[in-house]
Amino acid sequence: MLEFRKDIFADERDDNLKEVGRPTQRQDILGHVTGASAFYDDHRFAGLLHLKILRSPHAHARIRSIDDAAAQRAPGVKRIIRAADVPVNLNTLLSLIQFGKDDEPSLASDVVRYKGEPILGIVATSERSAREALALVRVSYDPLPAVFDVEEALKPGAVSVNATYPKNTFEYYGKYDHQKLRYGDVDSAFGQCDVIVEDRYQMSPIEHAPTETNGSIAVPDTNGRFVVYTSTQALFFSLDTAAKINAMPSNQLHFIGGTVGGGFGGKVDTLTEPLAILAARLTGAPVRYRLSRHEEMQFGSPRGAERIYVKDGAMRDGRIVARKVTAYFDSGAYTRLSSYAAVKCAAHIPGPYTIPNVYGDVYCVFTNRTPATAMRGFGVTALDFALECQMDKLATAIGMDPIEFRILNAYRDGDMKAHRREAKNCALIECCQVAAEKANWPIREEYRRMSSRRGAASAPHASARPEAPRRQPAPAPVQQRIPYDRAGEPPAPDAPPPRPPAPPPAGSSHGATRFSSVFGTRRR
Amino acid sequence: MAKHRGRGVAAINYPIGMNLGGDPSQALVHSNPSGKFTVALSSIDLGQGMKSVTRQICAETLGVPIEDVYVDTADSDTGPHCMGSFASRGTHRVGNAVMAAAREARAVMMEAAAEELEVDAGDLETDGRGNIRVKGAPQKSISVKDVAVAAQFRQGKTISGRGIFLVPLSDVDPETGEMSPATCYAHACLIAEVEVDDETGEVAVLKMTSAYELGRALNPKLVEQQLVGGAWMGMSHALYETPEPYYPDTRNGPRDFNEYLMPGPGDICPHDITVLERPAPDGPFGAKGPGEMCANPVLPAIANAIFNAVGVRVNELPITPEKVLRALKAKNGAPASRFR
Repeated sequence: MLEFRKDIFADERDDNLKEVGRPTQRQDILGHVTGASAFYDDHRFAGLLHLKILRSPHAHARIRSIDDAAAQRAPGVKRIIRAADVPVNLNTLLSLIQFGKDDEPSLASDVVRYKGEPILGIVATSERSAREALALVRVSYDPLPAVFDVEEALKPGAVSVNATYPKNTFEYYGKYDHQKLRYGDVDSAFGQCDVIVEDRYQMSPIEHAPTETNGSIAVPDTNGRFVVYTSTQALFFSLDTAAKINAMPSNQLHFIGGTVGGGFGGKVDTLTEPLAILAARLTGAPVRYRLSRHEEMQFGSPRGAERIYVKDGAMRDGRIVARKVTAYFDSGAYTRLSSYAAVKCAAHIPGPYTIPNVYGDVYCVFTNRTPATAMRGFGVTALDFALECQMDKLATAIGMDPIEFRILNAYRDGDMKAHRREAKNCALIECCQVAAEKANWPIREEYRRMSSRRGAASAPHASARPEAPRRQPAPAPVQQRIPYDRAGEPPAPDAPPPRPPAPPPAGSSHGATRFSSVFGTRRR
Repeated sequence: MAKHRGRGVAAINYPIGMNLGGDPSQALVHSNPSGKFTVALSSIDLGQGMKSVTRQICAETLGVPIEDVYVDTADSDTGPHCMGSFASRGTHRVGNAVMAAAREARAVMMEAAAEELEVDAGDLETDGRGNIRVKGAPQKSISVKDVAVAAQFRQGKTISGRGIFLVPLSDVDPETGEMSPATCYAHACLIAEVEVDDETGEVAVLKMTSAYELGRALNPKLVEQQLVGGAWMGMSHALYETPEPYYPDTRNGPRDFNEYLMPGPGDICPHDITVLERPAPDGPFGAKGPGEMCANPVLPAIANAIFNAVGVRVNELPITPEKVLRALKAKNGAPASRFR
């Protein structure tokens, strides 16, 4: 069931539009539902070759020698691609926006730093020939001690994972091993608060699990160009990365993508395009490199694990006055995009609440596991889990209703955030009010009258709310018929008791628009 | 041994676009001589509906029917640069670029129409059905098709436009973390109702009730698919998924969908969604973007509902039956239900 509450914030919108806001059918839907839409792997080429990758069985080892003589003679094998064949065999994805140092080879030459790290590629006339030839390659390793825990990796004397960042942390601003957030004075605030809740949260890695695994096909074109059919979710990002690794001018690459079988962040890393292009250059034939499901699950980068310590201090009246967060992003063996997420995480530490004292340290840590990457909610999902569990624990400790507790602490327009920008265009309070109403979760009248907008109904402890620089309250805008928007009206002196739960709304209410839904129902 | 019900809540916000900005997108819009428009992008439609929202934005801005706009994406030879489809940036960043390109194309179209009608372009308006008419005198009008023919073959004008949208890259203060992470935020509050079996540790999600504020919802159907699918993913993250079930121990990793657990159709629960729209001042028609944030409130709401049901806090994701049972054992079983 999906319902619109057009009445809320109606005065901020012009709803007199012709195409925007309509449930127009998707331009591509007929192709999708009839199976006619072409994904990268639906393109067919005569003489297509297949690239398969030899991967490290060790989480950390020195490569002593590689013997691929037998593989070279195996049936169907056209070419073996070694680390030395890669024109620029060290890259970091965010070098495209000048963030971080090159730290990851396309093919490992001396040391492997995670189980599954690519070492060598075999291009053959079929995937099966390529796989069978891989089995003939003999690699001799000296296994090295490995580190898998982010806090172990930070201890003195820990195994060094990444040669570019030997201390196992990404380097911020040329001088720090973490991203800082500092606002107010948490230590003195903790000394004065009534309730402290402190806990440790751990999110395990998560696989993007797209229906279509990562892959691409590189096809030699005329004039030294290559057409690349790809599952990427960032066309130029992948094109520029592939151009850098292959030391090619970017206009020799023609990338075609567009219909992607699920990405969720797992198709930004450009896992296949650079080597597919290199293989096509070295053989002069079209080459496909696609991950198997096993490779996608174990060696395609996942959402990284995060460990988050949170300490919150609150007053008995429900105000949160201090928050301290230490977070560790498990980046795996190389940076990819985790360094970026740590900065995003730092900005998000207060969540959607106004907290006058905030302290955060966020680390991007290298361990001997598959490099992590972006995934839906990157930098925020695990932190939201930690923060909102904290909010529940705080409400319980104080003895407040958890929704009222959130409304009380929610940021309002003009509040100062910990990263020192004013909040604007806020709407958390209204979301809490509507969700409570729809779920028949009783909240008190004064909380039902609060608003995210300045000059609207104020917090019950307005005078005691944490002080921060603010805009002058705006004049109360013209308001609408429903309680959420009753700006300017002070709470009634004797607020009525919580109303009994309303019956579930029948049909349309509040001038709301309903749309049919695609929900299932439980089997029980 | 019993099943216990509980409810839990979570509230969140989410930044729109790449953190700190610095992530441009471009768009090109042009008309053929029949008055049919093409939007050229390099942005990727991952299934989220990029082509559809940009098509609607373009049609609305041009003032032509949606059928007269086609979006061509993801070809690096024809589509101008776009940072990519991630960070909830598609609707906001690409939408703004398309809007800018469509505005430029519209200005040429109105000039060409003005020349044909021998009036001032400022006196013209589009009717959204493929015609351009004089304000207050709708009988004096010309079709977009005739304008396109005239522009191409008589006036020698290209009805086309270029657009780019860039939130300038923000500095970060290394000492304090002062920064401008995003220009707008989406919001949500979600209530999950669960049933916990204190014998098996299994958690069933029975119902979700949510309110999402997303700025302008450009297409309610696309919003619905994101919110429904996102909640499913959130539920899956909360209770099922990981390639490293005993992290940081790397063993026992799944290799395929037989071993990598996700909820099936029978595990998906009814979800009552309400959408609020507080337009983002810098969003295309006020839009923000529901893409990533819709999964986030589900995880803590389920964890909090489990606490409400059986009185245990599981701080490690995913909340597997094993973790629930271990927590219950440590607490000597579930207390009497505190269902609210």
